[in-house]
Amino acid sequence: MKHLAILAALIAPVSAFADPNPADWDAVKAEAAGQTVYWNAWGGSTTTNDFLAWVGSRVAEDYGVTLEHVKLTDTADAVTRVLAEKQAGEDDDGAIDMIWINGANFAAMKEADLLFGPYAEQLPNWAVVDVAGKTVQTDFTVPTDGYESPWAMAQVVFVHDTADMPNDIGSMAELLEWAQANPGRFSYPQPPDFLGTTFLKQVLVDILPDPSVLSAEVTDDNYAEVTAPLWAYLDELTPNLWREGKAYPATGTAMFPLIADDELDLSISFSPGAASTAIANFELPDTVRTFVLDKGTIGNASFVTIPYNSGSKAGAMVVANFLMSPEAQARAQDPAILGYGTVLDMEAITAEERAVFDGLELGIATLTPAELGTVQAEPHPSWATRLADDWADRYGVSQ
Amino acid sequence: MKTRRLLPILPVLTLLAMLGPVVAGLYGTALPAFGHLPAAGLTGPSLNPFFELFDWAGLPRAVMLSLGVGVGATVIALTIVMLLTAGWSGTRAFRFLECLLSPLLSVPHAAAAFGLAFLITPSGWISRALSPAVTGWDRPPDLLIVQDPLGLTMMAGLVIKEVPFLLLITLAALGQADTTRSMAVAQALGYGRVTGWLKTVFPRVYAQIRLAVYVVLAYSMSVVDVAVILGPNTPPSLSVYIVRLMSDPDLAMRLQGAAAALLQLGLVIGALIIWRIGEVVVAALGLRWIMAGHRGKIDPVVGAFALLASGACAFAVVVGIVVLGVWSFAGFWSFPDFLPDQFTLRNWMRFGPNTLAALGETALIAGCVTLVALVLTIGCLEAEYRHGLTLSQRGMWLLYLPLLVPQTAFLPGLQTLMLNIGADVGRVPVMLAHLVFVLPYVFLSLADPFRAWDARMGTIANALGARPDRVLWAVRLPMLLRPILTAMAVGLSVSVGQYLATLLIGGGRVATLTTEAVALASGGDRRAIGVYGLMQTGAALVPFTLALIVPAIVWRNRKGLRHG
Repeated sequence: MKHLAILAALIAPVSAFADPNPADWDAVKAEAAGQTVYWNAWGGSTTTNDFLAWVGSRVAEDYGVTLEHVKLTDTADAVTRVLAEKQAGEDDDGAIDMIWINGANFAAMKEADLLFGPYAEQLPNWAVVDVAGKTVQTDFTVPTDGYESPWAMAQVVFVHDTADMPNDIGSMAELLEWAQANPGRFSYPQPPDFLGTTFLKQVLVDILPDPSVLSAEVTDDNYAEVTAPLWAYLDELTPNLWREGKAYPATGTAMFPLIADDELDLSISFSPGAASTAIANFELPDTVRTFVLDKGTIGNASFVTIPYNSGSKAGAMVVANFLMSPEAQARAQDPAILGYGTVLDMEAITAEERAVFDGLELGIATLTPAELGTVQAEPHPSWATRLADDWADRYGVSQ
Repeated sequence: MKTRRLLPILPVLTLLAMLGPVVAGLYGTALPAFGHLPAAGLTGPSLNPFFELFDWAGLPRAVMLSLGVGVGATVIALTIVMLLTAGWSGTRAFRFLECLLSPLLSVPHAAAAFGLAFLITPSGWISRALSPAVTGWDRPPDLLIVQDPLGLTMMAGLVIKEVPFLLLITLAALGQADTTRSMAVAQALGYGRVTGWLKTVFPRVYAQIRLAVYVVLAYSMSVVDVAVILGPNTPPSLSVYIVRLMSDPDLAMRLQGAAAALLQLGLVIGALIIWRIGEVVVAALGLRWIMAGHRGKIDPVVGAFALLASGACAFAVVVGIVVLGVWSFAGFWSFPDFLPDQFTLRNWMRFGPNTLAALGETALIAGCVTLVALVLTIGCLEAEYRHGLTLSQRGMWLLYLPLLVPQTAFLPGLQTLMLNIGADVGRVPVMLAHLVFVLPYVFLSLADPFRAWDARMGTIANALGARPDRVLWAVRLPMLLRPILTAMAVGLSVSVGQYLATLLIGGGRVATLTTEAVALASGGDRRAIGVYGLMQTGAALVPFTLALIVPAIVWRNRKGLRHG
């Protein structure tokens, strides 16, 4: 991979010959009209799918761009596809025009020079993005450098059924105590699932006296020492998990039915509004609420990126720009629709636009921005990869 | 006249359509397995990918799962089908199960697996029906049923789908096995139903369904979707692990994935060899059993067991689909309520429009692919009949290669091949990829009945002045209407159920019911799964129903053309 990255860095400036210039927005819009954009995005959440369909109808209306949602089970599939196309010399009109991405997948694509750009910071709506207050220019500590544009903020929240578990929990240590007193009532998605790996990072961030070591790339020297408390923690937690840790839910949303069935009392989610949305869709009982830890929880941004070989880059930029519009952002934040956090700076948009955000009913299980408290930074992606691998060796093959 | 010139080319075309992609795909797999992947900056040869694979702590269990589940599911399904046919064929109970066959077969593996899961999990429908009155549970017990480490639930999920498949193939073969007269003689000699059938009819029937059994074995060992839904994950089966490695963003993991794919290939080959040895042993033991002349005292017990077991399989699939249906209309539905708090059309309003678009795509692809497969298959078989272009036994194995090679082993290589020849993503390449899998199934379904056709009919027609083409169109094909329609139905359902081929070759741009459903599956939204599972089932239900109904109507006044 290293050699490839160096080679890629050397030849990078040569590409992008006939690519649209993001700074010339009128030209971009003109070129975009009539284009079809294949947006590869995780398709496991029906509410997200509905939102993407709405985005498609809006960009068709305003810009004449046709948006097709390609539903992925795993974002890595899209990364693999672009890699395969590059190997096969398909450099002009690949199958993928846009990917919902972040973290390790973005780092991998950026390193292998599979991305178009920089484009994000030239988009007109970048002007209203909250660059100062939200982590929209780094992705798991990796600088985005304009190769991806943000469209939603996410933060870890704990989802609990108050009918069975009335009280919040303030720390990971308390969670362990609770699980020991209530065996079989908590689980997390099996790493390397995105949310499952996030749970591991969340434990680590919460139990380490000083988590700042996680913001730098992991080294062979510090890995064992830093993560030792995590494995000790999990050794105690695992026998008290749902199914005694012999099986895990596949994804975060797969845990909602388990709460609805009363199999679980507690789970985690990366979307503060997801529980309220699920209640509205009959997927969760209305006794479900959410909480965050006393020290705060991990948060990050969701991005979209454009592969270097997309044949509809202008169309993809139009969609990326629309996603950052106050209209799309307000709809995404509506818990009845999606319940995702906005990336916009409330001071930068007009009073009218702000009123739409202020008018949103957050939903009974959604915390207010103030209640969400401190956002803990994501560790460097190298930690996530290593934690997930190590977890698989320790718990993923144990039974 | 045109046919005469075209006919000899068809077998070559058929082999090319099936083997070209497989060979190219395997080539594309073998290189990285031995450390050669220039795109990742790695050049071989090296055995490191295998060393890394053998370093994986989960490998022994993953391998045992693949073997155990594959062999177990095949043995159980075959036993049930043979004993059921032996004990009950021709009875009212058998005819009832026969009526259920089309719906059972048409249910895609993924939908059946979901249905089974919705039934037997601790919070499933069976538990709800018995709680709290019988069980005393007011919340689901923490029991590991689905995803159990031994893969028993996964095995059950395969058995309930393979029993109808083997039964259908058996029914198609029965017509050629002279069952009625054999059984009359055996029973006149005082043999019980089951024993008499096993001793006289089974050897002939098994010879006809043998390749179908091999396919079931290979499929069960390398299945992905059922394993993801019902199988364990700590560790998963080898196939699931391969899919994971192959889709890892780190290119280097593909080397290990390719090595694992070759291992899976070896496992399947090994299991087939063991199975073949088992056939010889069973034949030898069977001969002694026949010579011993036992008339079968426990036949009624064995027969009852077979009926019960197949009834349970049918129950699991049918009620599984019913519970999918209930979920598709469900409002909030908590444990231990037997039914949801309210029924709503909301889920169908939400997902319905998308399923219709996917249904159109699915039907178009499946229809075209099956027609091409049917034309090629009949062309091959007719060429064999007229010109003696017979595939040797070894050649037959080539024919089934696409079914015996794990999809995960050659599909990524196939993808690269298609990109190289400029056949980029889209519907047509997906159809070509489907053809690789559909052709063997169609051939497998049709070849034995086609060959077993009484050639004296052709001789008579010739004597009456009919040319070979007329014999084919006017005598042979009409007589083979039932197996032809069966083969088409199998072809359609295979195409409907294709996941990996559609996703990889279609670049995600071709959305069929199956790709949409599996994408939703990872999210665990049971209402959406219910809607898509029902639509998938419907897409495959119609052809299977026609395959049973049409011959019955067309041949209502031709007793000899009805089976059995």
